[in-house]
Amino acid sequence: MALEKITQVTGRAVHVPGDDIDTDRIIPARFMKCVTFDGLGEYAFYDERRAQDGSEKAHPLNDPRFLGSSILLSGSNFGCGSSREHAPQALYRFGFRAVLAESFAEIFFGNSTTLGMPCAVMSRADLLALAAVVESDPAALVTLDLVEEKVTCADVDFRATLPPHAKEALVSGRWDAIADLLEAIPQVRETAAKLPYFAA
Amino acid sequence: MSRTLLDKVWDAHAVRQLPNGATQLLIGTHLIHEVTSPQAFGMLRDLGLKVLYPERTFATVDHIVPTDEREEPFSDALADEMIKALRKNCAEAGITFFDIPTGKQGIVHIVGPEQGITQPGTTIACGDSHTSTHGAFGAIAFGIGTSQVRDVLATQTMAIHKPKVRRINVEGRLAPGVYAKDVILHIIRMLGVNGGIGYAYEYGGSTFDAFSQEERMTVCNMSIEGGARVGYVNPDATTYEYLKGRPYAPKPADWDAAVARWSSFASDPGAAYDDVVTYQAADIAPTVTWGINPGQAIFIGENVPVPAELPDKDRATAEEAIAHMKLKPGAPIKGTPVDVVFLGSCTNARLSDLTEVARHLKGRKVKPGVKAIVVPGSQGVASLAEKMGLAEIYRSAGFEWRGAGCSMCLGMNPDKLVGDQLCASSSNRNFKGRQGSPLGRTVLMSPLMVAAAAVTGEISDAREIFGIQ
Repeated sequence: MALEKITQVTGRAVHVPGDDIDTDRIIPARFMKCVTFDGLGEYAFYDERRAQDGSEKAHPLNDPRFLGSSILLSGSNFGCGSSREHAPQALYRFGFRAVLAESFAEIFFGNSTTLGMPCAVMSRADLLALAAVVESDPAALVTLDLVEEKVTCADVDFRATLPPHAKEALVSGRWDAIADLLEAIPQVRETAAKLPYFAA
Repeated sequence: MSRTLLDKVWDAHAVRQLPNGATQLLIGTHLIHEVTSPQAFGMLRDLGLKVLYPERTFATVDHIVPTDEREEPFSDALADEMIKALRKNCAEAGITFFDIPTGKQGIVHIVGPEQGITQPGTTIACGDSHTSTHGAFGAIAFGIGTSQVRDVLATQTMAIHKPKVRRINVEGRLAPGVYAKDVILHIIRMLGVNGGIGYAYEYGGSTFDAFSQEERMTVCNMSIEGGARVGYVNPDATTYEYLKGRPYAPKPADWDAAVARWSSFASDPGAAYDDVVTYQAADIAPTVTWGINPGQAIFIGENVPVPAELPDKDRATAEEAIAHMKLKPGAPIKGTPVDVVFLGSCTNARLSDLTEVARHLKGRKVKPGVKAIVVPGSQGVASLAEKMGLAEIYRSAGFEWRGAGCSMCLGMNPDKLVGDQLCASSSNRNFKGRQGSPLGRTVLMSPLMVAAAAVTGEISDAREIFGIQ
């Protein structure tokens, strides 16, 4: 399975401020009553975006100026809580192709990388500076360069880092591990055979 | 060289290093449920792959099952579709399914230990972040996403980076009325909800040595709420005693060899840790959350924080939390009226939880106007509790005694908060909307504190209500 080498993501960006934004908030549990991921995009941040009668609330993702954004900016510990892959699936299907935040919860980070949606870490000050640029000019294009580990917007560069294994997986087109894992089935069986509880 | 349990289990299960530097790690036991597995089976079909070791995967149904009307078809057509899909996927792949009619169904993190499937020195994965629970047995247990469920089904391995290890010691004896739940809420409060990112938490010290296996599970369960994907306790005689005689535990002829092997996985004296912190049990009081993440916690005698007095980085979240929770900054949390009490979840719905609460609840009544439900963690727990007369104590007190499942921990079944109801809950997450209503409010606490709230109709100190000294 040849996967796309993800070296750059370019698009308009939207800032959803806040720390510790959990995956329940990204996709409320009631929308996980499904046996496929299809259609999850419309439920991204549903309870933040809509009142109980279904009407739209004030939220960056409802703001017409930011419609069509493909890069999400947020705060620290983004994606904490539930391991639900439905969360990055919902963001991806909403149209996001990268997330920039101060830090990421581990399971969310892994799930997103496996979908080919890079999550890069920026300092709080840089995130706020970038958010200010985007706020003043929603049409501004933002580029995440995974190789150089930087974000560029309006001729300004910001540092944006990824852990080495995630960077390598994305830029080499091996972000979905299944092909690599399948290559080693004979070694998997050897390792398993050495474990008494496995053979039992 | 001295090694941690994590090092030893990792080395025994590492298949190889992948090109990006991650480990291809063998997963000894894979647990699945109805919410995060159907898409994984769909991906296998799309790729033309089969389940490699069906005998190493075990399934149950927990998130969507109703806890009152359990006859099928379920009134919720989507829930009904999910249980049927799991049944079909398990039958086709030859996976053991602890389905409702077996009498062994329950929350996946309660069923695994109860069946003796969860064992020391093993690796465990499940598409659920509370998989860290199984670490209480000295297993390395990961919550994973659905693509990784696919990976484990197809290859019995997953790609993962080895975490660092933080040793968390708790020393001394907990005061009466203070429980394992208070210990983990306190740890998360101290280290933060993101303090564990990149770490496995190794819990130890004399408090943990004295804990029952079920108390250890309560602590390990909430590791992920502190940001640690993995949490574990080194196995000891308490662990082996718990496992002995359980259906999937080693048979008597193999027992001694199994115990010897399990013991060998415990961290060596002098093992090097990336970080060590120590807390004193005597410093921990009954703890409740006041906000919208589990780290926003205070002792029952403390006041709700004033955001302006908090460090800069915590202020915005605190303001958001107080607005959502409709609490008064600077005021006592004690006395806050509750609408609903929920005793259940993979954190606190084991037999010891239900027994401890019943001991104090006997002869007391739920305050009129408070909705109180108790949801045993598994059919096994429910059945034992019924035989022991616990169910009757709860019913007499005015609790609804329900069937096993995740229930109001996350509101995927019909058990949900309504509007802005405030719930005193023995579960693990107080996120906005977590209990099924976007405006719903959750206050996390120990099971006995839940019972105290049920009796008084407000957030209370269980030690005062039940005369515990």
